[in-house]
Amino acid sequence: MSAYFKLILAYLKIGLFGFGGGYAMLSLIQREVVGAGWITNTMFTDIVAISQMTPGPIGINSATYIGYVVGSDAGSMGWISGIFGSILATMAVVIPPYILTLYTGHYINRHKDSPFIKGIFKGLRPVCVGLIGSAVLLLINKDNFGSTNYELTASSIICVISFLIVYFTKIHPILVIILAGIAGLIIY
Amino acid sequence: MNNNSYSKLFWSFFKVGAFTFGGGWAMISVIEKEIVHKHKWVERDDFLDLLAIAQAMPGILAVNIAVVIGDRLQGIKGSICSALGTILPSFFIILAIAIFLTPDAIKNNETLNAIFKGIRPAVVALILAPLINSAKAAHLNKLTIFIPIATALLIYSGLPYISNPIVFIILGAVGGYLYYVISSHQHNKERKEDNK
Repeated sequence: MSAYFKLILAYLKIGLFGFGGGYAMLSLIQREVVGAGWITNTMFTDIVAISQMTPGPIGINSATYIGYVVGSDAGSMGWISGIFGSILATMAVVIPPYILTLYTGHYINRHKDSPFIKGIFKGLRPVCVGLIGSAVLLLINKDNFGSTNYELTASSIICVISFLIVYFTKIHPILVIILAGIAGLIIY
Repeated sequence: MNNNSYSKLFWSFFKVGAFTFGGGWAMISVIEKEIVHKHKWVERDDFLDLLAIAQAMPGILAVNIAVVIGDRLQGIKGSICSALGTILPSFFIILAIAIFLTPDAIKNNETLNAIFKGIRPAVVALILAPLINSAKAAHLNKLTIFIPIATALLIYSGLPYISNPIVFIILGAVGGYLYYVISSHQHNKERKEDNK
């Protein structure tokens, strides 16, 4: 029971204090789950690698995986205890921010014509653009573009072509991801 | 507000959850396509404001984006549909991996590795496109264009304290508020002087 309780507590913390999206949350997740001794640092790196290879937010991926590991260790029913742990951790990481976001959204929507809220959004809009820009800068790295000349060239070509398709045509971005995956399969 | 639109909302975000790699920002292209272009549920300017709210809140960015959009369109029930849509694909995939596979089996799979070497640079392009779209929607001028540039570079710098995104959200909100207070103050003063 206490293991489940600690699991919930850790993911409540990650949900409530994680700002700035997936990769910014990584160090917080690492501190909580490796610090608690649930998994080793190497396993954590593995989970990050899997998160990059599976769709969806990294926060959910880690909660589901760690929840399973902790749950199946703590419970007496094997994979059923594991699934129980997955559900608990995922709910813990999602529900508090869900309530906060919902409440704030309602508040802002009610007062959206007030000069106060208008002023705040006037300031937030350019910052939001900057945040998206920082995500682009942070993702242009060895993990995503490779390190050999061959990889770098191939990655750059894929990136430029994908951008041209997404920006100038009406082709669905999901199709671009699938095509990029096929390109990777052919090139490498 | 019928059941049909709840399920549309769920499936739109299910697609978002199932096909986006690389975290919340990478989802913006897919969300923009589904929400702004295809279903025309939200205007692009509103979309940027909703993004700002989602970003200012703690927690998982992708889920927060789903919550604000679902709530704007269909209320609380809508926000539950869109949040579940975003969460469930990755929940089931990771659960399947945790139950049936070891991390090594995924990590060392050559085919998967090749596919993802192709997908990762495309993900960067998927964030670049909404970056330009949102810069346009923010109506930046010669002066305010430095706000996003400085924000992006400082976060990228990785320096302690000032590379934290929340710092810029607070600065932006406070700055916007002060701008409003000062400009309305000046406006009032001018009006009073006119009255004399």
